[in-house]
Amino acid sequence: MISLLLIFVPLAGAALAAAWSDNRTRPWFLPSVSLVHVVLCFRLLVVPPEVAPDAWLGFDKLARAVLPAVSLLFFVCACYGVSYLAVRAERSNRVFVAALLAVLGLLSAGHQARHLGLLWIATEAVTLAAVPLLHFNGTPRAFEATWKYLLVGGTGIALSLLGSFCLGYASLHSGGSGDLTFASLMAQGAGLSRPWVLIAWVLLLVGYGTKMGLAPMHTWKPDAYGEAPGIVGAILAGGVTTVAFTAILRVRAVVGAAGEGALADRTLLAIGLFSMVVAALFLLGTRDFKRMLAYSSVEHMGILTIGAAFGGIGLKAALFHVWSNSLTKGALFMSAGNIRRAAGSASMDEVRGMAMITPRSAAIFVAGMFAVTACPPFGPFFSELALVKAGFGSGHVFAIAMLLGCLLFAFFGITRVVFGIVDGRPRPAMRTGGKRFVETAGVILPPLALLCFSLWLGLFTPPLLREAWEAAVQQLHPAP
Amino acid sequence: MNTHLNLLIGLAMGLNLIALGSSRLPSLILVVSAQGMLLGVMPLLLEHDWSWMLLAVVVATVGGKGLVIPALLRRAMRAANIERELEPLIGFVPSLLLGAGGMIAAVAFSQSLPLLPEHAGLLLVPGAMASILTGFILLIGRVKAISQVCGYLILENGIYLFGLLLIRSTPLMVEAGVLLDVTVGVFVIGIIVDRIQRAFDSLDTRKLTVLHE
Repeated sequence: MISLLLIFVPLAGAALAAAWSDNRTRPWFLPSVSLVHVVLCFRLLVVPPEVAPDAWLGFDKLARAVLPAVSLLFFVCACYGVSYLAVRAERSNRVFVAALLAVLGLLSAGHQARHLGLLWIATEAVTLAAVPLLHFNGTPRAFEATWKYLLVGGTGIALSLLGSFCLGYASLHSGGSGDLTFASLMAQGAGLSRPWVLIAWVLLLVGYGTKMGLAPMHTWKPDAYGEAPGIVGAILAGGVTTVAFTAILRVRAVVGAAGEGALADRTLLAIGLFSMVVAALFLLGTRDFKRMLAYSSVEHMGILTIGAAFGGIGLKAALFHVWSNSLTKGALFMSAGNIRRAAGSASMDEVRGMAMITPRSAAIFVAGMFAVTACPPFGPFFSELALVKAGFGSGHVFAIAMLLGCLLFAFFGITRVVFGIVDGRPRPAMRTGGKRFVETAGVILPPLALLCFSLWLGLFTPPLLREAWEAAVQQLHPAP
Repeated sequence: MNTHLNLLIGLAMGLNLIALGSSRLPSLILVVSAQGMLLGVMPLLLEHDWSWMLLAVVVATVGGKGLVIPALLRRAMRAANIERELEPLIGFVPSLLLGAGGMIAAVAFSQSLPLLPEHAGLLLVPGAMASILTGFILLIGRVKAISQVCGYLILENGIYLFGLLLIRSTPLMVEAGVLLDVTVGVFVIGIIVDRIQRAFDSLDTRKLTVLHE
């Protein structure tokens, strides 16, 4: 019951926000609705509900392992959103607030979807609900980014629909009753028609991989993250990609039950490593710090995929990484948003000396950079360490070597951009233009909070979370 | 029954070729609309007992794919006041050859896929593959935003054709949800097309080149 509230409370909030007439008070819907969401979500984390095996929607073990991270990220972003929208008071935020809340409700639906068709509907709906968020700035560049997002994302999501139909046909072909819940597909297991399962796996991996931003289907990502407001980037990178990752995990479990798990893991490993290589190369070349965050997101999606390819222990590390990456990325996106606002540009050709103009945001940005490049003692260090151990444990020495190499190059690329904009003397043009950006508590505390969560996650990983990740692994890799 | 259905699918495949060969935007939109209507009535031939839910999905598909979406596209086209001639990146003759070759390959390839006996004599799978390929050629080979949307719609039509294989087993509610999403999607695309037109004063996607590495 509570699990349905996670979907309907934000959707009702979205409807109310759309009907609310006052532009100044409307942003408060964001923190109030997401506070309810985060409380409900953590209650379910502590007291997991019973989920009927044939339920279409339910707060099952996989949802329990990742949805609270998304909820927490969203809540902090929502708090930031109030101060952000106060700065942007000249624009109507009706569509923005409503769409953002709708994204939260649909993300909850996507994470809890235990039915192949329902999962697709929720993911597609998230894609569409995010569109007004991307072009909030209303610039030609924002529309260009939105168009690419729609076209690439739409094609990807269309392929995942085709993949869903193929998986459905695999079940039908072997005498299935047409029940497309993941539980019943897994129960059919080896009975599923092999050729159709393989076709479905390829299409679903490409489709949901596009949504996740795995290379080479990542092309929409730098444009969208570069042009969207900071909180939208944080929610896309921490929430929307997570729902696509859980979709891939659910499908991978079905493919594993059908007896093609080894092949699925090989493809996951290959696409994950390729994403890391592409991301590392682009990180070495990019000159825009918001696009840099997008490539960093591609890199971390690669890490997640590689973790999922390493079997049970790797998957547990990947679920840990979902948490640490989402929270750390959130801090980076928000502080980058502050710097972008104060500097009026996102290119390192025009921005420098931000440590003098926005000292607090710059400090968070630098700390977040160390966190995201897996420096101890932040969360990503420990999750990636667990992942590397899992890789050695399962004998993937070459893959681990490649992963570490890519991490090193990504570190070079990211530090180059970050110190390029933080260090030095500010350009004279930057100091005189327009009204000054004030670092209020409303725009500093949220990213700082996320950074603290990331630190806490690394140093004191709660046993409750470890148990939740363990349970999710049990659901996806049932012991034979 | 099967021959009637195959006739309709054959017609839809023919429309793919017309779409690849049409040099003017209004005729491309007309082709997409006709294909959408053809696809919309197919469930009536596949199912023997017509429930109200099935009829509702049929009406919604014919209305959505055949009337509402094309009307939106025509409106966007008029509002944008763009030239009606399509400038292809992949010429019309090469597109047609690719489309025809793809259609033959689709028929040949689908022979090797394991199908249930009741689907073996149907053109659904090759029809779906040919439409998906046509959609991709249009997406890649045309520069106007609206013609890319038409390509996307033909791609969706192909997936819809494939989905008809599952019509007896999946609940129609899922189909209804899918249809709703597609319609809303095109609606959103329509709005963005309108904004691109205002921001760039053109719908030529070749002008969308500011963002790159």
